Amino acid sequence: MNIEQQDLYTQAILSLAALVGLTSFLMLGQSRLLRLIFVFAMQGSLLALTAGLAAYSQANHHLYISAVMTLMLKVIFIPWMLRREVIQMNTQRDIETLKNKTLLMLGGASLMVFSYWVLHPIVHTSPAIMLNALAVSLSVVLLGMLLMITHRQAVAHVVGFMSIENGLFFAAIVATNGMPMVVELGIAFDVLVAAVLFGIFFFHIRTSIDSLDVDKLNRLNEVDK
Amino acid sequence: MIAAYLVLLIPLIGIVFFAFAGHRADTGRINVRFNAICLLATVWLAINVLNDGTILSANKAFLIDSFNVYLIVLTAFVGFTTSIFSAPYMAHEKDIGRLTDKRLKLYYSMYQGFMLAMYLVLTTNNMGTMWVAMEGATLATVLLVSLYRTPESIEAAWKYFILCGVGIAQALFGTILLYYAAAQIGDGENALLWSVLYDNTEKLNPEVLEIAFVFLLIGYGTKIGLVPLHNWLPDAHSEGPTPMSAVLSGLLLNDALYAVVRNKMLVDGATHSNMAGYLMMGFGLLSFLVAALFLHRQKDIKRLFSYSSIEHMGLMTFAFGMGGPLATFAALLHMTVHSLTKSAIFVTVGHASQIAGTQSMDKIRGLIKTQPRVGWGLLIGTIAIAGFPPFGVFTSEFLVLLATMHNYPWLAPLLLLGIGIAFAGLFRHIQPMVYGEKPEHQQPIKANLWPVMIHLALVLWLGLAIPGFLAHWFSQATLLISGSAPL
Repeated sequence: MNIEQQDLYTQAILSLAALVGLTSFLMLGQSRLLRLIFVFAMQGSLLALTAGLAAYSQANHHLYISAVMTLMLKVIFIPWMLRREVIQMNTQRDIETLKNKTLLMLGGASLMVFSYWVLHPIVHTSPAIMLNALAVSLSVVLLGMLLMITHRQAVAHVVGFMSIENGLFFAAIVATNGMPMVVELGIAFDVLVAAVLFGIFFFHIRTSIDSLDVDKLNRLNEVDK
Repeated sequence: MIAAYLVLLIPLIGIVFFAFAGHRADTGRINVRFNAICLLATVWLAINVLNDGTILSANKAFLIDSFNVYLIVLTAFVGFTTSIFSAPYMAHEKDIGRLTDKRLKLYYSMYQGFMLAMYLVLTTNNMGTMWVAMEGATLATVLLVSLYRTPESIEAAWKYFILCGVGIAQALFGTILLYYAAAQIGDGENALLWSVLYDNTEKLNPEVLEIAFVFLLIGYGTKIGLVPLHNWLPDAHSEGPTPMSAVLSGLLLNDALYAVVRNKMLVDGATHSNMAGYLMMGFGLLSFLVAALFLHRQKDIKRLFSYSSIEHMGLMTFAFGMGGPLATFAALLHMTVHSLTKSAIFVTVGHASQIAGTQSMDKIRGLIKTQPRVGWGLLIGTIAIAGFPPFGVFTSEFLVLLATMHNYPWLAPLLLLGIGIAFAGLFRHIQPMVYGEKPEHQQPIKANLWPVMIHLALVLWLGLAIPGFLAHWFSQATLLISGSAPL
């Protein structure tokens, strides 16, 4: 596939896919919480841009609504809430020590290769752009999980969780021009409720263990103590 | 069709009502009434389906066929009996100071929210809406798991939220892939409707659907509690209030399995291979065996029975995966009897732990001497869940075993071994709890055991003779799922 032979829309989507993937890597290696939240907001705005672009060039008007919802939820509301939480906990200057960053990045890169490998069978029946778009979305999902595994702060877990949602949303826009409207509204509602619940949880966790370090949530396990 | 809308509307009114009036003294009884009306609506719906066959609403948003109609009635029934149990139970928890008015309000409102999500998963015809409702069920119950606000319960709720949230996200990716495959054959907005997909399975792209099913199974499998995705389940079940454990075990797990089976029907039609079935068999058998072993190590009574739930869900997943009319029929029956028995057990477990003032099994002793009805209820419930004849669990497990011997004889010893291990694991813990001397200051409590008796009587009835209309639905559903009629 030669990118110059594609139409402008495809080229734009492919570039945006690359940028979305890049933001995921940036988040993965980020040890400062405020910067992590900033990159997350960047990823959200790239998504809103993708949705807007798809809405414009495919003349698919309900995607405008999705774009606006993404902008409000993932670029404004959730980053604002997380930022407030970090500042309240006075953890904005903390640097989280990530064990072996090189290995982490290599792990992330291999997840991306893995995503391409998993989705490769669809190449026979779909346009080539689809493989790229879907594989990038899947790798954003997997990188979000890796982010949650490697970071210890609850705020970072929420960012990972929401970036998984971002990956799914990207797949939905690019592969299928958005899900049916009912479903999309439902998903947005779920994300909103989840964000509010996370806010409530921060409060509970803070009052119960006096920190947002999830490694301290270790009372329940199968091993006899 | 009005009945189906009513089933969804009543819990919706319930959410709003309890959010504003949940602090009243008689909320427990009002909750019972809401669930009773809902049960009546589902019975009306069931009669409609019995008379007219499959119902598809005018805008195709809802589909009621023989596969989901009995699950809807079951959901309403378990929701109703659990609400009968929950009224005095929650009042007692408030009396001993574990809960406040505000949290009771949240509890009752979210109880209805959970019921709404369950009905929506079952009635919807849209695979996307099904996902949304499934996620909604997590969101509704996550604050209930942490209702007591102890560090343990907050940890359990956080784990539940994160694991199920990430898990279910995989199912959304699967659903997007499904939609992608469906969009290739056209039909835009309608492409995610199950009835449309089911009529066109031949045209769906098999490669995409195979990948999609892996994600769907992992996603919904997290909710079913399949090993190794089960970590949240024992924690969430043991730390939340007991009525919540009853509905989680009895209803949520069933509905997640229902979602997997609906998707499997589409995938099977497209791929013509048994890929989906083998995956389900593998995960199911693994869960069944691992959970049976874990039963032996438990110290907390609610954790014990949550592992028992994982074990039974594993068996059902295995049976659905095996396919074929006999195994499918057995799995449908097992879904029913397991959720009836398990919710009955959780009700007695709730009473038992209130009597003893603890959930630790080492400290619960002499239940039969303290309060015979609770003791016997727990004992008979355990006998039923362990698969003794003449209870219904025996019938369904026996049918699964028969089907296994017929199709995969070399797996039958593993199944027998698992059933044996689980039996030993349950009874080594239960026996000293119900028999034996009671501790000195242990007092009986006010308990309503009608739900338990009704549930166990129904399980006994299903073990002796399945009523005609239910057998009819099971056969119809088996025909729908496996493609051939049972027996």
